[in-house]
Amino acid sequence: MSVQATLPTRQAPAVLPSSGGMRGALSDLFWRRPRVLLLLMLAPPLLWLGIVYIGSLIALLLQSFFSIDEFSGLINRQFTLKTYGDLLQAANLDIILRTVTMAALVTLASAAIAFPIAYYAARYARGRWKALFYLAVMLPLWSSYLVKVYAWKLILAKEGILTWLLAKVHLGWLLDGWLALPYVGGSSLSVSATGTFIAFVYVWLPFMILPVQASLERVPTNLIEASSDLGASPGQTFRNVLFPLALPGIVAGSIFTFSLTLGDYIIPQIIGTSRLFIGQAVYAQQGTAGNIPLAAAFAVVPIVIMGFYLWGAKKLGAFDAL
Amino acid sequence: MTPAVSFQGVSRHFGAVKAVDALSLDIQPGEFFAMLGPSGSGKTTCLRLIAGFEQPTAGSISIFGERAEGVPPYRRNVNTVFQDYALFPHLNVLDNVAYGLMVKGTGKAERHKAAEEALALVRLPGYGARRPGQLSGGQRQRVALARALVNQPKVLLLDEPLGALDLKLREDMQEELKSLQKALGITFVFVTHDQGEALSMADRVAVFNEGRIAQVGAPQDIYQKPATRFVADFVGSSNVLPPDFVQRWSGQKRWGSLRPEAIRVNLGGGAKGNEGVAARLVATNYLGATTRLALDADGLRLHATVPAGSALPREGEQVTLSFNRESLHLMEEGA
Repeated sequence: MSVQATLPTRQAPAVLPSSGGMRGALSDLFWRRPRVLLLLMLAPPLLWLGIVYIGSLIALLLQSFFSIDEFSGLINRQFTLKTYGDLLQAANLDIILRTVTMAALVTLASAAIAFPIAYYAARYARGRWKALFYLAVMLPLWSSYLVKVYAWKLILAKEGILTWLLAKVHLGWLLDGWLALPYVGGSSLSVSATGTFIAFVYVWLPFMILPVQASLERVPTNLIEASSDLGASPGQTFRNVLFPLALPGIVAGSIFTFSLTLGDYIIPQIIGTSRLFIGQAVYAQQGTAGNIPLAAAFAVVPIVIMGFYLWGAKKLGAFDAL
Repeated sequence: MTPAVSFQGVSRHFGAVKAVDALSLDIQPGEFFAMLGPSGSGKTTCLRLIAGFEQPTAGSISIFGERAEGVPPYRRNVNTVFQDYALFPHLNVLDNVAYGLMVKGTGKAERHKAAEEALALVRLPGYGARRPGQLSGGQRQRVALARALVNQPKVLLLDEPLGALDLKLREDMQEELKSLQKALGITFVFVTHDQGEALSMADRVAVFNEGRIAQVGAPQDIYQKPATRFVADFVGSSNVLPPDFVQRWSGQKRWGSLRPEAIRVNLGGGAKGNEGVAARLVATNYLGATTRLALDADGLRLHATVPAGSALPREGEQVTLSFNRESLHLMEEGA
């Protein structure tokens, strides 16, 4: 096939001159030595992480090995395990157990609620619906955390809409029965552990939905089809393919929900009983009590728990599909 | 004999798009059947209709005489080898192959034994402990095959099974698939856009175009006697000859097709009357075993392939083309 040449001929050198000046010289330098550019880009965040973050973490760890002089209230800067001994008192262990139980329940509930939403968004939502999904998930994050928690306090109050609604549908007895139970109950939802739980789940849910959605998005549709093709019912496909492949996302989300619940001190302060959570204990110890070492020791607890949690998740193979 | 797969007036429309349009087709038991066509011709949708991933908008499908509409994929004794294999990344090779037996409740020892046998069948013995990510493309293909075959399906569906493999591997796999199909006697239905693959492997080929079947038949029939201009053009790029040209040689004013290898290229011009066709050589493409010549015969573009080592004219030179009257095939219609 003969082709007529139609491109206009143009005189141009094979190698273009440098664009000149500082910018030209810098561009050429970065092209020749990509590591210089990488170093320049990474230096500020690495300094931030290394000094400000890790540094203060180590300072915190050191504090927890100091002790407080009970008479003068001064900090005794001698390394000792006395503060950790105090941490293991029954009252303090009670706080730790309560917080960990709450964090575990919040995480399980978040995962159970988040999965269907994330599944819909990853599998079915397209275009405008996907944008709407992101908006719906992110929207609560735009308003102040305190406003949301107070809103929940009103919703859950004895005169609140939830009590009113349940009474209207003649289910008031159910609420009363639940509130009469030990541990989870109270005089109204807003001063019960159930109320704390509901507020926690609501506030942390987006942090579970987004990673689960991202992990489900990465599961190719044809793996679901292949499972079905090989004779697996939808339930079997969920157990054997979808869930294991979504597990890294669930673990990532649960790191958020679990650790955020472990450290939070505002929600249980506003909604719930007078029994303390770890965050409140830290707040009380470093503030009114002035016992910085014990506050630090309390703050170390979530770090240690998260360490074990991640180690266990790795053992279970949660990161195998990454 | 009950057909292995039977389509009766099957349509699958996606909104205004008629992916499969009023299609009827019988695939016989034990047959190696190819669905050939360009992308978007409806061949993959047909395969998905058999697997159960799609439901027909009209018509009925039966598999070994049993109605298949409304039957979910997991209740069909039909297995698929997916185009990109779709191996489960979180399971090792042995558990991938044993998956179908596992969900049916077969015991661990028994299903692992069956999976080992299936791996041996596809010549991957001892690969069970590896992860799919550690295998080459050709090996993954074999695992996908073993994973489907271990369930002893009534029909095995293969979606572009060799598309992702390089040429040498593809040729090896073609032979292997064919001998495997012969040995097992399972009905194989495979989808491809590669005519060479369809012609060399299949017992029968259906050529798809725009949601319909343009022609069904043995590879030789498809290749030598294309029913339509589309088939002639798509399968092995025949020369499609307009009615006026065909009338000169056969006396009938119909569309015709002529295989490139049926044309003899004689050096030197000066063709007279009905002894030959005068043409000018436009371009030569060296293909190894053969050379493909592009020729211009008074405005009609023709292709001829000549064996390597033939004396070749230079580009722009005049030549005379000749061919046997028998090799000129008249097509049923001009579509």
